[in-house]
Amino acid sequence: MTLSSHPYIPNTQHDRQEMMRAIGVASLEELFEDIPAGYRNPTLDLPPALSELGVKQDIERLAARNAHVGSHRSFLGGGAYNHFIPSVVGAMLNRGEFLTCYTPYQAEVAQGTLQVAFEFQSLVSQLMQMEVTNAGMYDGATALAEAALMACRTTGRSRIVLLDTISPYYAQVVCTYAEPQGLQVETTSALTADVAGAACLVVQSPNFFGYLEDMASLEKKAHADGGLFVVSMDPTAMGLFKPPGAYDADIATAEGQSLGVPLSYGGPYVGLFSCKEGFLRQMPGRIVGRTTDTEGREGYVLTLQAREQHIRRQRATSNICTSTHLVALAVAVHLATMGKQGLKDVATACYHKAHYAAQRIAALSRFALPLEGVFFKEFAVTCPIAPAEINHRLLERGIVGGLDVSNLIPNGMLIAITEMNSREDIDGLVDALEEVTR
Amino acid sequence: MIGPGTQLEQQRRLLLMDRSRPGRRGVAMPGLDVPEHDLPSADLLRADLPLPEVSQLEVVRYFTLLSQLNFSVDTNFYPLGSCTMKYNPRINEDVARIPGVAGVHPLQPTEGAQGALELMHRLQDMLAEITGMVATSLAPLAGAHGELAGVLMIRAYHHSRGEAQRTKMLVPDSAHGTNPATAAMAGYDVVSIPSDERGNMDLDALREASDDNLAGLMITLPSTLGLFDTGVLDVVRIVHEAGGLVYGDGANMNALMGRAKLGALGFDVVHLNLHKTFSTPHGGGGPGAGPVCVNQTLAPFLPSPVVSEEEGEGGSWFSLDDPQQSIGRLGGFQGNFGVLVRAYAYLRSLGEDGLKAVTDNAVLNANYVMQGLRPHYDLPYDRTCMHEAVFSARRQEAQGLKALDVAKRLLDYGIHAPTMYFPLIVGEALMIEPTEAETKETLDYFIEVMEHIAGEAMEDPETVRGAPYGAANTRLDEAGAARHPDLRWKPAS
Repeated sequence: MTLSSHPYIPNTQHDRQEMMRAIGVASLEELFEDIPAGYRNPTLDLPPALSELGVKQDIERLAARNAHVGSHRSFLGGGAYNHFIPSVVGAMLNRGEFLTCYTPYQAEVAQGTLQVAFEFQSLVSQLMQMEVTNAGMYDGATALAEAALMACRTTGRSRIVLLDTISPYYAQVVCTYAEPQGLQVETTSALTADVAGAACLVVQSPNFFGYLEDMASLEKKAHADGGLFVVSMDPTAMGLFKPPGAYDADIATAEGQSLGVPLSYGGPYVGLFSCKEGFLRQMPGRIVGRTTDTEGREGYVLTLQAREQHIRRQRATSNICTSTHLVALAVAVHLATMGKQGLKDVATACYHKAHYAAQRIAALSRFALPLEGVFFKEFAVTCPIAPAEINHRLLERGIVGGLDVSNLIPNGMLIAITEMNSREDIDGLVDALEEVTR
Repeated sequence: MIGPGTQLEQQRRLLLMDRSRPGRRGVAMPGLDVPEHDLPSADLLRADLPLPEVSQLEVVRYFTLLSQLNFSVDTNFYPLGSCTMKYNPRINEDVARIPGVAGVHPLQPTEGAQGALELMHRLQDMLAEITGMVATSLAPLAGAHGELAGVLMIRAYHHSRGEAQRTKMLVPDSAHGTNPATAAMAGYDVVSIPSDERGNMDLDALREASDDNLAGLMITLPSTLGLFDTGVLDVVRIVHEAGGLVYGDGANMNALMGRAKLGALGFDVVHLNLHKTFSTPHGGGGPGAGPVCVNQTLAPFLPSPVVSEEEGEGGSWFSLDDPQQSIGRLGGFQGNFGVLVRAYAYLRSLGEDGLKAVTDNAVLNANYVMQGLRPHYDLPYDRTCMHEAVFSARRQEAQGLKALDVAKRLLDYGIHAPTMYFPLIVGEALMIEPTEAETKETLDYFIEVMEHIAGEAMEDPETVRGAPYGAANTRLDEAGAARHPDLRWKPAS
């Protein structure tokens, strides 16, 4: 085989010769003699290597076949949203000192990473009005699943009750996590929810369809028989609406993508995970704490590691190791830059624009709003023809339509509106909906 | 108190909420271009939003200052064993930010995401080829998530055959730290298998544990000792004969590309860490991605979704599918696509010869470092190593020092510490993985520094014990942090 020079591999032929001489081997083959002979040196049938320019062109060609928020007006949500991201966020993410470091096991040379995590925990706690927050989970769905498991550990109970208005994707992830541990997952409506003996009642608000749940009464229901109130929420809604802490939530989770993270076809995102202080030692994931060094100066460390996989092994609270620290950095920078006013502005813009869009669509003769209640930035409509067909026709007109939920609401579609959708975009969508269903 | 050198310390101490001043802002949002709609009743609304009010420069300066307190691959040699801290190519960052990559919504109809799906399909194929498997799911969001997927597939397989009594998962004592926690998350009873004196798995212990209740074995190859288990074919045979399946932790794949395929050795499922072997940046603790590759036996159980290809009139058509007996959905959407794109870019940059060269140079570098350190540190398993070598600071222990002290002293020489105290079977372990990305000059410097520290340990152990001296902080009180958790900003009372 050839070992021609590659930009990512600096050893020269001369280096290799010297190193082999130092080791005392005549060839590289000798280093691999522990591999059983018949299994050594298989061929790898891979596409040929490309130059840096070639790689860029290859991926640009693929990217050109995707509709995206730059090429199309998008009204798609369902748990991931197109929000404004200030330039500061990308600039900070691109700093190599943040980008290319490992999990901060060596605290003395990872204070940047650790202090960022502390900021993230602080800002998310402020946003959710919760007592403690961890350094982040994989995404909103896994955060909710881990919250349900944590509720079972904390209460010693094994029944998880999900409201039927939570994201079906999230519900599936809860099932994937819960079933192997012998936990039962039930899905019920808010009216008929029976929480007797249950570990928790799991609620999403705004729910999958975009509408606020009656949090005050659900909280009472959840706590009536000693179960926990577990909440999943949209962090941008917290700029306008009461946070989970105001409803005495025991565990609050969220998909953090709306806070400075690009859509990226589904990830990487970050799950936000907060709880009451009393449950701290049952929390999954990394937690950063403030402490002092031998000189009495403040500093930060990974803490409460006795919960974690590398210490507690099979009795750990979770197996999570590599998580999504860099995405948590994006959230921290985003929250810092948007700040109090920016996040309020985003939330109110979403609310007013979504209601403008809803009123205009409801005024179309063949569309209707099937659901009652207060919605935030996403709402359900019923269409005169199959939503999949509408979306196909919209795509031809440069529009990514709403989420097809005809499996949940007959001919139903969820339309998501954010501050990124101008009035002109919304009017264009309304006209197009009329045109493609005429 | 003002004085030279105080600025950094003071600048750093203020958290964002401390810096906040009413009326400052980091960005301005556009005005409303639609009529205002009535807000809902006030009892639903938030009275106050206690977030910082800081200017944009303050944000940039603060986070830039914090970044400068970090060691990173971009700034330092980072021989952190098992973590494969190789170069993270910048082209990968560029392509992940192309609008047609970063701006694609995960729930878009597949007709608007053919490019993304084709990229994922190609990556599935390439990873299956590298591991010698037949199918891949890119859904797992990190290494431990991939482990969970692998073990859940093994469980689903046994259940599908009516063998739910198989509840025992074997984990060698040289396996990765997450493995036991993962097995427990899948509801398994974990049984540890010891290593023999050469660092291979103890075959007698394995045979004894392989009974009718055996679900499978989680094996890391090369092991966390950095060694290729020479009995691996026997290991696989014993597990299979007892009706169990073999899960391979692919965290150490940097040692094997083009030199061995785990599928050919008989493994049933393997997960890969794209943020290790395949160069995606670790980001201070993620995001990663932990794709799982499987053989024919486990293909029906792959996590949802997988990308499938169909030949049509207009060429290939790609879609997201749920495998027949899937273990289900692992995350909100179809995986960490942004990470997948970076790994794809890396694979396309290297190709077959390049990947083989990665492995060959990674293993060469590790053996070169092992040879250079052998006179100065104990080497519990003195064999040819693979991509990493595990030393012990036992000799330094005689001077009252620990592996921790040696590791911390390295920081003063601008080198990140190796992985310490792992694997657990080596006392005072120092696990060193140089990767293929470093120059011989860097390796020589590292060897020289390690030799120097070994000398310091003999002559001046106190200096070593107090290290580091030149970092942002001296050693931190971890016990105090755990005893009195201080976990977020609180308003001054």
